[in-house]
Amino acid sequence: MSPGKISEYIIESLIKLSGLIIVGFVILIFLFLFRDAVSLFGGYSPGAFLFGRNWLPISEPPQFGILPLLIGSVYVTAGAIIICVPLGVAAAMYIAEVAPKSLKHILKSLIEILASIPSVVLGFIGIVWLGPFLKNTFGLTTGMCGLTGSLLLAFMAMPTIISISEDALVSVPRTFKEAAYGLGATKWQMLWRVMLPSAASGIIAGIMLGIGRVIGETMVVMMVTGNAPVIPESILQPLRTLTATIAGEMGETVSGSEHYYALFAVGLALFIITFIINLIADISLQKARK
Amino acid sequence: MVNVNPQVIIQTINLNCFYGRMQALTNLNIEVYKNEILGIIGPANSGKTTFLRALNRLNYLNPTYSQKGAVIFDNQNADDIPDDMLRKRIGIIFALPQTLPTSIFQNVAYGPKVHGIKKKSELQGIVESALKKAYLWDEVKDRLDMPAPRLSGGQQQRLCIARTLAVEPEVILYDEPCSGLDPISTAKVEDAMGELKSDYTQILVTNNTKQAARVSDRTAFFLMGEMVEIGLTNTIFTTPQDKRTDDYVTGRFG
Repeated sequence: MSPGKISEYIIESLIKLSGLIIVGFVILIFLFLFRDAVSLFGGYSPGAFLFGRNWLPISEPPQFGILPLLIGSVYVTAGAIIICVPLGVAAAMYIAEVAPKSLKHILKSLIEILASIPSVVLGFIGIVWLGPFLKNTFGLTTGMCGLTGSLLLAFMAMPTIISISEDALVSVPRTFKEAAYGLGATKWQMLWRVMLPSAASGIIAGIMLGIGRVIGETMVVMMVTGNAPVIPESILQPLRTLTATIAGEMGETVSGSEHYYALFAVGLALFIITFIINLIADISLQKARK
Repeated sequence: MVNVNPQVIIQTINLNCFYGRMQALTNLNIEVYKNEILGIIGPANSGKTTFLRALNRLNYLNPTYSQKGAVIFDNQNADDIPDDMLRKRIGIIFALPQTLPTSIFQNVAYGPKVHGIKKKSELQGIVESALKKAYLWDEVKDRLDMPAPRLSGGQQQRLCIARTLAVEPEVILYDEPCSGLDPISTAKVEDAMGELKSDYTQILVTNNTKQAARVSDRTAFFLMGEMVEIGLTNTIFTTPQDKRTDDYVTGRFG
């Protein structure tokens, strides 16, 4: 083998190795979660875990029903998505096509700053200002509720959605724009019928990344959603998410106890949910590309 | 060929166009007659495309663009007509076929939809007649749902013509419409242009002087942002007034 071919071979192998390591990590994480999570089901039925309506880990006997946590997560996430997706995509459209150049730069850097705010700080704002504000506005018993979490999470996901959607919109070929304008389309018609569909795959990717961030976020929801593991009747009630449960209780459990394994099972449930969401995102991306 | 009493549909008065500080067109005074095919020839950077895009104000998509002087369309200052209305009446075909990434049907229906036609049956009628006028109907009538970008280059360009026809313009601008096409596709596009003469005024910018000689009634020669000469195509190609025109059409430069 010539020296050129050898170096080629080494580089190729290194790249291959990097790829395999990533795959290996994912598999290991899954196995690790799976092993400890399954330990729970030696003494506790999976049905009671999935459909149990009570999460009472230190009562006698303990109950590990994740339904309240699951519904809590769904409420907070759905609320955040409903708020941040239309706002984020609209902001991206404004920055990409409508805003004058000088304003565009200011907005883009402001959004980067927004992205860099630590979630604990957002939690502070939720406790000190947003919670009391919602409490007074809606006449609630407490401002620490699902909506507070949704609003702050929407705030956190927005920069991701805006910057990725904006990139997708800017990279729509100029020819599409000219074709639409050449046919007498107004700016809004051009944006709605040409830019948005052409940038759809990128925008969907941005939304999915934003949602991924919302579902996995722990600190903000732990601080502002009230930490009540009961099935909420509305988004204006205190609730608790899957993530906040793990973070909040892990420190108090005895390693190897049933409670400890139950938290791993919650982690596994979270892992499976995010996996499914990513899968749906991939499929819809591929469909949008066709 | 040309009417005895030609009716002016477009006129520019001392039109000067700038990109930033660079002047692309200088003191252009030109008249375009109804139902003629006006060929615009000239080397690169002679202001041909700028002239074309000044007519439907597409130049303004470039934020550095500015112009002085006036474009008169149908006895009205073009600046006084809203952009979307102006561009509906003056359609444009670009150098590279700019199909939108949807089906053949949706591409043609886009314009009419933008201008408020929603009824499916009406759209179908418009799409069919536009495709027929652009000589494309027979080739695509069985696969209107196919993604338009899968058509060949020549078919895509005729699709773009159909798309422009679907909004019923009065003037069609062609910006080097055949630069990316093979000779057979070029011939088909030229056939379509000839067929459209009775209903539309057409302005053809081309780098291919032979194409201008083949299809246009009158031809204008642009050089470095100025119009050197305009006249009957026959005259321009056989006995031009200006030596530079003669040099260009006989292939001595450009």
